[in-house]
Amino acid sequence: MQAFLHQLLSGIATGGIYASLALALVMIHQATHHINFAQGELAMFATYIAWTLVQAGVPYWAAFVLTLVFAFALGVFLQNVVLRPVQNAPFFSVVIVFIGLLVIFNSLAGWIFTYTVKTFPSPFPIRAWYGSNYLSPHEVGMTAVTLVVLVLVFAFFRFTNLGLAMRGAAQNPAASRLVGISVGRMLALGAGLAGAIGAVAGIMAAPILYLEPNMMSGILLYGLAGAVLGGIDNPWGAALGGVMVGVLENLAGAYVVGTELKLSVALLVIIFVLLFKPSGLFGRSIVVRV
Amino acid sequence: MSAILAIAKLDAAYGETKVLSQVDLSIEEGGITALLGANGAGKTTLLRAICNMMVKVRGEISFMGTRIDGRATESIARLGIGHVPDGRGTFSHLSVEENLRLGAYTRRDRKGVADDFERVYTYFPRLRERHLQQAGTLSGGEQQMLAIARALMMRPKLLLLDEPSFGLAPVIVQEIFRILGAINRDEKMSMLLVEQNANLALDLADHAYLIETGEIVMGGEAAVISGNPSVRRAYLGY
Amino acid sequence: MLGIMAALALAVALPFVVSGYRVFQFTMVLDYAIAVFGANILTGYNGQIALGNGAFYAIGAYTVAILMTHAGMPYWATIPIAAGTCFVAGFLFGLPALRLEGPYLALTTFALAVATPQLLKYHGIESWTGGVQGILFDKPDAPAGVPLNSDQFLYLFCLFVTVIMFVLGANLLRGRTGRAIIAIRDNPTAAAGMGIDTSLYKSLTFGVSALFTGVAGALGAIVTQFVSPDSFTLFLSISFIVGVVIGGVATVSGAFFGALFVEFVPNYADQISKAAPWAIYGALLIAFMYAMPTGVVGLLRLIVRRIDPQWAIRKDAGKQ
Repeated sequence: MQAFLHQLLSGIATGGIYASLALALVMIHQATHHINFAQGELAMFATYIAWTLVQAGVPYWAAFVLTLVFAFALGVFLQNVVLRPVQNAPFFSVVIVFIGLLVIFNSLAGWIFTYTVKTFPSPFPIRAWYGSNYLSPHEVGMTAVTLVVLVLVFAFFRFTNLGLAMRGAAQNPAASRLVGISVGRMLALGAGLAGAIGAVAGIMAAPILYLEPNMMSGILLYGLAGAVLGGIDNPWGAALGGVMVGVLENLAGAYVVGTELKLSVALLVIIFVLLFKPSGLFGRSIVVRV
Repeated sequence: MSAILAIAKLDAAYGETKVLSQVDLSIEEGGITALLGANGAGKTTLLRAICNMMVKVRGEISFMGTRIDGRATESIARLGIGHVPDGRGTFSHLSVEENLRLGAYTRRDRKGVADDFERVYTYFPRLRERHLQQAGTLSGGEQQMLAIARALMMRPKLLLLDEPSFGLAPVIVQEIFRILGAINRDEKMSMLLVEQNANLALDLADHAYLIETGEIVMGGEAAVISGNPSVRRAYLGY
Repeated sequence: MLGIMAALALAVALPFVVSGYRVFQFTMVLDYAIAVFGANILTGYNGQIALGNGAFYAIGAYTVAILMTHAGMPYWATIPIAAGTCFVAGFLFGLPALRLEGPYLALTTFALAVATPQLLKYHGIESWTGGVQGILFDKPDAPAGVPLNSDQFLYLFCLFVTVIMFVLGANLLRGRTGRAIIAIRDNPTAAAGMGIDTSLYKSLTFGVSALFTGVAGALGAIVTQFVSPDSFTLFLSISFIVGVVIGGVATVSGAFFGALFVEFVPNYADQISKAAPWAIYGALLIAFMYAMPTGVVGLLRLIVRRIDPQWAIRKDAGKQ
């Protein structure tokens, strides 16, 4: 029972990471109807920036904030410079551009920071009071940080006019322009936010996974599985889906398929959900009258 | 009275397909101008051209004395042109209230916005009843009301209305037109009303233009237009 | 036609004029050309954006390696089996994929590509696959009495298979089936309206694409005499897509340009940095999408048309 509880809680902790990435993916998908296959690599690259800052002696939380700013700026930049020119191009072209970005950031990280695996610090003390038999202090802290981020993002979209305008621009760009919303700016803002959320996932995952250029490929897969499971048109469903995938992955890894085949759990989740409930568990199915 | 919107020698095209040619039109401040024409004559395109939306435009468009042709759609909206588009432009996953909040997105006067919620709910009491309902689940008439209310939240100086009667039951259409008349009377808000239903439009409007295959063929006071024998035959059905 | 004969003559003569390692590289070009063609049939001609063909390449390669080492089969006999296995695997994967439009298919196949190395390492099948170590086997020699060294022989063998695959593929695309495949890409609703069983054709196209990719994987294994899980990463799948984009989406001959690019550019770029080839791939992917979405073949066609505006018309007339 104790072992089971441990696996369950630890699944929730890693699930928070997947939830963050799933949320980032869904935000982009809602606004552009595309899947940003480079989202994981952007997060990985941002994590290297955090690592560089920490190495240079910047205090951890300052480095954390600076990295989020960097990731936000990177997201805005890529949206405005790389993605905007292809926004009316065929679907295939946009997929290729995202794949191109994935490849570029992966190799850029290898080029600049080498492929040597690096350790990454955790801001949470090894023997903190909030550690327990079930979760390490880092896992507890990581869960808290991702939870705070998710709540902040939720509040932003729910309660601010800017968040509302972003939702509006994603849903109906033409009508948004007619009420004076600059859709291009909202897309850039969304890409920036997604980048920053991804960076949080990267920074929180790095102490566990260690830092290397391919660090995020697995997490991206779990994030995709979470997004599909929760419903790719529902950010909160996707976040919940991410947590569920984390739990599922941990339990399956411990009791069913073994740690070796964990990634296949994500693949299977994706295939099964798309086969039997393509809108996901919490996908919207509202009736639109015309 | 002076013109709030003046259009001169306007051409508009979707890609290579030319839809409007050499359109001249002006809208009197405080009045309702109707734009009549058959399906495909270019009515919707003219409204889109004013807002620089989806069409390629050549010619002059001036709003309250400033040239607006070539500006971005959102900046034209910010100048004070409210566009109730073809298809109503409902944000269907958002609530009625959120739709209205989006209408007021560019405004910074909190007090004024709060007053305007009251104002549009007074015009459209049905929207107040349904303010928490998801907009996509409203009936067609309610969505049309929402679209007008959303545009009103911008406090526009000119309202462009694209076939507000489209697809609605006659009793709803009458209600909407009555409210549009009231808004124009109470607030002196200028309107450009695009309609296929010429009878209705000419009753409400003080001026009217007739558009055929992309060209303005007639324009003048609504009473004069509705008295014209060929208009009566072709558009009014008697 | 004349052009194809000349290219073929050149290809046959090649192993006798270049050195051993170059022969190996050109063998790999042929191999990649088949894989790129396979990816193009699905993505370019049928419009199903698939990012996971590396998985089928891996199945083809492992089929050969396992049959040669465990069943003692001769290398040439394993290729049809690899082809059949991959066709079935592709068809089966294509069945659920049918219901997946655009982003979902790309997403699912992407997930397949990411998960492939881990699946291959699974210890339950380790006695067959060799686990993390993979399988190493012997290099096939030229048959007795044939005066060729083994590199030259393998090259010619691959050339033979390549010619067969391209003749088959080009004929498939030119015929009734090909028109159905393309119609589904251009307008699925209209295609269904014309009586095309779109689901069947989409699954079949998936199978055919996997078959081509599997044959390429089989040849690749024979040429390198080695398979291991970490050779079949997401990046292998991406390199096929790179080949498709660089060569030209929905072109047959583009596969060779794409393959030349995929084989040789990393060799030169490697000298800058280990990461450089992929950085260049990525930059070129994006650059091609902006500037030349029709790839090298599109560019060549454009040049030919500039020089001789009547060319396309004559070519079409010749087909009648």
